[in-house]
Amino acid sequence: MSTKANDFLRESARVEHSLEDYAGCTPRWCTGCGDNAILTAIQRVCREEQLPLEKIVFVSGIGCSSRFPFYMGTYGFHGLHGRALPIAEGIKMRRPDLNVFVNTGDGDCMSIGTAHWVHATRYNMNMTVMMHDNNIYGLTKNQASPTSPQGTRSNTTPRGSVLKPFDPLQATLGMSNLSFVAQAPDWIPELLFQIIHEGFKHRGFSFIRILQRCPAFQDNRWEPCIQNPDSLLMLTHEDGVQLSPSLARVYKQSVTHDPSDLVSAREIVGTSEQTPVGILYRNPDVPCYEDLRKPDQLYTPELIKQGLDEQLDKFTIWPRD
Amino acid sequence: MAVAKKKRNTKPVGKPAVEIDEHIVEILSDSGEGAQKCGQSFGAIAARLGYGIWTTEIIPAEIQPPARSVEGASGNRIRVASRRLTNGGDSTDLTVAFNEQVLLGRLRAGQLKPGSTILLEDAWRSSDDPGIAASYARVYEELVAQGFDVYEVPMHAECLKIVRDPRRGKNMFVLGLLCSIYSLNVNAAHEQVKFIFGKKGDLVVASNQKLVDAGFAWAEKNLNIKFKIQATPPVEPHVVVNGNTALALGVMASGMEVCAMYPITPATSASHYLSDVFEKVGGVVHQAEDEIAAAAFAVGSSYAGKCAVTITSGPGYSLKQEVLGLAVMAEIPLVVIDVQRGGPSTGQPTKPEQGDLLTACFGSHGDAPKVVMAASDIEDCFYSVITARKIAETFNTVVVLLSDANLATAQQPFPRPELSAEWLAPPVDQSPVDPDYLPYNWDSRSGQRQRVIPGQPNGMHTLTGLAHDRTSGVAYNLEVNKEGMRHRSLKIAALQKTLKTPAVFGDDAGELLVVGWGSTRGAIEEAVQRVKADGHRVSSLHIKFLQPMASGIKEILNRFDKVLVVENNWADSMDDELIDEENRRYSNLGWLLRARCLVDVDCWGEVGEQPIKPGTVERIIRERLSK
Repeated sequence: MSTKANDFLRESARVEHSLEDYAGCTPRWCTGCGDNAILTAIQRVCREEQLPLEKIVFVSGIGCSSRFPFYMGTYGFHGLHGRALPIAEGIKMRRPDLNVFVNTGDGDCMSIGTAHWVHATRYNMNMTVMMHDNNIYGLTKNQASPTSPQGTRSNTTPRGSVLKPFDPLQATLGMSNLSFVAQAPDWIPELLFQIIHEGFKHRGFSFIRILQRCPAFQDNRWEPCIQNPDSLLMLTHEDGVQLSPSLARVYKQSVTHDPSDLVSAREIVGTSEQTPVGILYRNPDVPCYEDLRKPDQLYTPELIKQGLDEQLDKFTIWPRD
Repeated sequence: MAVAKKKRNTKPVGKPAVEIDEHIVEILSDSGEGAQKCGQSFGAIAARLGYGIWTTEIIPAEIQPPARSVEGASGNRIRVASRRLTNGGDSTDLTVAFNEQVLLGRLRAGQLKPGSTILLEDAWRSSDDPGIAASYARVYEELVAQGFDVYEVPMHAECLKIVRDPRRGKNMFVLGLLCSIYSLNVNAAHEQVKFIFGKKGDLVVASNQKLVDAGFAWAEKNLNIKFKIQATPPVEPHVVVNGNTALALGVMASGMEVCAMYPITPATSASHYLSDVFEKVGGVVHQAEDEIAAAAFAVGSSYAGKCAVTITSGPGYSLKQEVLGLAVMAEIPLVVIDVQRGGPSTGQPTKPEQGDLLTACFGSHGDAPKVVMAASDIEDCFYSVITARKIAETFNTVVVLLSDANLATAQQPFPRPELSAEWLAPPVDQSPVDPDYLPYNWDSRSGQRQRVIPGQPNGMHTLTGLAHDRTSGVAYNLEVNKEGMRHRSLKIAALQKTLKTPAVFGDDAGELLVVGWGSTRGAIEEAVQRVKADGHRVSSLHIKFLQPMASGIKEILNRFDKVLVVENNWADSMDDELIDEENRRYSNLGWLLRARCLVDVDCWGEVGEQPIKPGTVERIIRERLSK
């Protein structure tokens, strides 16, 4: 018997998705905003993987970066400031068939949502998290964020911020049950694509910090890195990121880093003068929370009744014969 | 000497038991001495034999409060009657105390009926510590002087004949004692011992049964108190659980798959039980990193088609407000259970209060209409969850179910539920939708929309907490925001049209109508019955759906000369010098009814350590009638 759903599955299997299929509304980000580059990269990942549109959910919080789901042609959940991760966890928990992506910013993830980020790392649910780090609050119009460099002049720090910035990579690499951490700049499309793609392919919580340009409020933040390719340290490995010959000609500072080596990852992040780019850590063996907690069988009304009756038996007073 | 006579009163063998309708028994000990277990067992035995019971836990705030302290009293209070009970009743008729200090707190709080019976562990009289011995003697004299019927029981000495550590055996000795006093078959106690200690092996069962027998025998030989309450053996199976367990069973029976929670008193025991058993019906309890994450996790799960519940209490409920607003705005079904406790702030974590009603109705910023309902007894805790899930999914909205610390730990038997397939959630719809489908295809009359779930082909859209239009696109036009607000509000009205007018308890018209909601139902109805018995024209009304409220309530209110709301929350008293009609802060439901019905509703609220008693409500009714 052929049902409507079966017809659709058969048909959709034949369709080849193009980049345009993954596009949603026209982005309203500023000209030159790094978010546009991230959007392009992720649409390429989706096309590369030929993900069915209805099986993708982009979850975000609040902020410039969190407008992301609107610009995808997939399912999306534009949630609350800081709460993208627990919402994404709830979605993934009983729907392993859905491909879950999270877009969050430096304020969303590392200020108001810090607790969720720490614990999401520990839960290690299978999702790809892109943390768009532009070092500033953009949507609320220019306030210093936890990752703003010391001395950042903003509307809340008119004489320059006084605190040293928070280092997301050092923090992440110290978290328990870590399974994937990478860093990518938004201005090298080939690497951005490769790193997000690796994150997607990793089964577990893939945390990608993306160095993101904000032409409106942090115009010069990444300019030295863009102007001086030697300020970036490429982490390459046969099991990680590989530079194309043309990229290798520009980005000469590179080291071989095995993504399974956590100690070396911490050393690079903690001591390097340069900004590392690539996969810092990957451990495919960390179990996913949704797998650890998944039901052992398909529950039918009969099984639920049986389970409930078993419980009620414990508390039942039967009439005496 | 009277004292000496009381101390060792011997009972003539075969003395007939005094027939009574009901009694309230309290068992008090230091934390960890097992008075809770003794009380629960006594309640379970009585229920099994066909008595009406209502048990209430007495819980100290700390896990290990200092021994022999007034604040450290831990125990259980069991109301036993020949008829079905709906509340914990008034003051205690018979108290068993493992030391005199734990008794004092209850005594000072006026919980013990004047002249009632007290059975006191006598080991302290001969304590090596002269301070303890003196304190015991002093309290004993004081109790006798106040007219209590005090019996000293050598619990320690008698238990020592059977077990090495009487601290761990006294509770079962007392269980035997109570079986003798209330003329219960000791075999029922043996069965109960087997039920609770069965897992620990035959030796433990045998030793505890011996303790029960010893208590029974000692009482038969040495006590001249014996009561008999008529039992009505049940004709259909009943379950005996407390409110939190009933909530958890309700979650299982509702077909929900996900419960996301964060530990908080007094709600957590529902999640404890659920954590143990939910997986057996395919569910999962997620202990989130905080209350906000628990709510957000539940919203995520519901969004993906697996309707979820988050269980919390006042402080946690406050923390979840922003998430609840999101669920209202985006129209995601969600069940939130708030097992209320004393507030505000951290307040009184283990004490009952109904102070969250207005927060439940009006919490979250902006206009966030949601459904608020309350459970009135243990059985209602079970069925309310099933109803809540169904409403949440039918109307794509947030349903807040209010319980409280009173129901959380109280036990009452109710007919064993038989699962109906209709209670369960339907499977997640994954069929393709029409490509022209609009995610917010609001029906302009009912506000309803058809929700699409991720995985459904052609249904792709981005859901948002921003004001949105029918495409779920961000509303840059103010008219669109208004449209969303109108439809979300209409949904609540549509649900309201399906609600039945609550039935009046008593006559349809009269001098005074007492209105209540939630766990106070039993106490109010019992009080009304007592006053009615004296010929007064008093009735009561119980409101289950607080938001929306059923039609016809105003009409009922208007049929009575006076309307009085009785609640377990704060209400300014008109007796206070500063309080007048223009500054009086009414009780929660008082506000709601005045606003909703334009009736001059009076209110009375109590915020105390204990659930509201029928005797207290009776007193208030009589006062109001005489005014």
